[in-house]
Amino acid sequence: MVCSGAAIVTIVLAVCVGAISVPATDVLHSIAWHLKVPYMSKTVGTNDIIIWQLRLPRVILAFVVGSMLASAGATYQGTFRNPLADPYLLGVSAGAGLGATFAIVSGAHVSHALIPVASFVGAMGAVALTYTLGRSGISGRVSGSLVLAGVAVANLLTAIQTLVQQQHNDKIREVYSWVLGTLNTSGWNDVRMVVPYIALSTFMLYRYRRVLDVFSVGDEEATTLGLPVERVRAIVIIAATLGTAAAVSVTGLIGFVGIIVPHALRLLVGNSYRVLIPLSIVGGGIFLVCADLIARTALAPTEIPIGIVTALIGAPFFLYILGSRRTGAEK
Amino acid sequence: MTTLEIADLSVAINGRTLVNEVSFSLSVGQWLCIIGPNGAGKSTLLKAIAGICKSAGQMRIDDKDLRQFNERERACWIAYVPQEPILPAGMRVFDYILLGRTAHLNLLASESAKDISITNMVITELALDEFRDRDVATLSGGERQRVTIARALAQASPIILLDEPTTALDVGYQQEVLELIDRLRHEQKIAVITTMHDLTVSGLYPDQLMMLAHGAVVSHGTASEVLTVAHINEHYGAQVQIMDNDGRPIVVPMRTKNAPLPSTQ
Repeated sequence: MVCSGAAIVTIVLAVCVGAISVPATDVLHSIAWHLKVPYMSKTVGTNDIIIWQLRLPRVILAFVVGSMLASAGATYQGTFRNPLADPYLLGVSAGAGLGATFAIVSGAHVSHALIPVASFVGAMGAVALTYTLGRSGISGRVSGSLVLAGVAVANLLTAIQTLVQQQHNDKIREVYSWVLGTLNTSGWNDVRMVVPYIALSTFMLYRYRRVLDVFSVGDEEATTLGLPVERVRAIVIIAATLGTAAAVSVTGLIGFVGIIVPHALRLLVGNSYRVLIPLSIVGGGIFLVCADLIARTALAPTEIPIGIVTALIGAPFFLYILGSRRTGAEK
Repeated sequence: MTTLEIADLSVAINGRTLVNEVSFSLSVGQWLCIIGPNGAGKSTLLKAIAGICKSAGQMRIDDKDLRQFNERERACWIAYVPQEPILPAGMRVFDYILLGRTAHLNLLASESAKDISITNMVITELALDEFRDRDVATLSGGERQRVTIARALAQASPIILLDEPTTALDVGYQQEVLELIDRLRHEQKIAVITTMHDLTVSGLYPDQLMMLAHGAVVSHGTASEVLTVAHINEHYGAQVQIMDNDGRPIVVPMRTKNAPLPSTQ
């Protein structure tokens, strides 16, 4: 309850702030009007375009993508028992990058609709490749060989992407801006495109949150506790990949969220995934909405790439929490 | 009475035979201790029975074939505590012991009141009440061992496998843990299989001893049948003397003849 309240407040405030400030009441009225909520609806004039057409879709997109990346990151860290795992561990980013690069160099700057499709296909393909290679690896050490296969696949695809990029010098800027991530979107279309995937994916991760705790004793012990380790890992990886690939295909590569948010929450509420998954869903959303707010207002009218903001505010914020926890423990 | 039957169990990894045609049977309430020199295949044998290591041969519980079981069904029959269990930092003792209930839950279900009450009973049984909310990673050696045994008990399976439950413990904690296992197997009718390094201790509580060397059973029987000078000399390459303590053998290591004497001043 507190969490969803915080999420709604963040979303509303983020819509208020921008080149032209909009009062919060207008935001509520506009949303109510469009959702046809009785009593609260009221037309708010030109502000309605700013709110409903420009800012709200962007803020909502930031929220769902942040939720997705943070919960997928927490899931990867749990199933692989690796604190450095992030949603891009098995090659999602490299695959999406390659797909998007192909789309851009083949002249997709006019029909931008091709880029998300190509990067989604690339991302899913890369993880499928990693999974096929990793599973046939060293028997009994599947999680380790999956991670290694992920590294190999990511390097291979990144090399191909760089090669393609170098041969199309004129498109480098476009590729680059995709790689750094952007939430500057075409409105509700993008939201409509990713929400079904992200909703399904986060719902699955939420359902499996208790099982993620069983992974924390390692694959062997989890098996003897009665967990079908490989099957469950495959299910949650597929779920996390599906949502991450959808998110990445629309916003490009937004780094850091999948690592920083789950770890910050771990320091605050402990290690249990029962708490961590729901909090990552809400916390990741709030974090990315705030990061995007800074991205579009700090150097306005220039927009800072969102990936740079997440790293620039994420790293010090994380170090602050780490430090405050440490002094707290010493007392 | 529930009986575990193992027949011609073998494990080969990369062409090397680690366990070679081991057979035994064990009923609930009994305790089998597996001994043998380093690398004899003791831990591998336990892993094979626990189902986390590929093996050949027969494994049955009464008329049921263990190999037909999936992870969950197997876990309802057999609990396993490895030599060095992973105790995840940041997890409370209560939540760790609750993990023992995994096999009794559907994949997507939450624990029921019954699971919570079983966990609470186990905690009281093993006198862990004061540790309930402690972080498992901060426990001492003896406490860790009790907590991992508690997790295995919460699993409520009639067979428990414990790999080296006393190796890292001082003599006081060793005694505490062994007496605990001995009491539980009688009270709760559990079949216990442990591996152990200390030969004298291995003769104290278990009903059966089994000595492995190079993966094969070289001696199987009561403590005084298995713990003989000849066996220990041949398979451990050690010079020992066996003393008698009310029918229980005490294994005393001896100086070899050609070792230099300590200087006496």
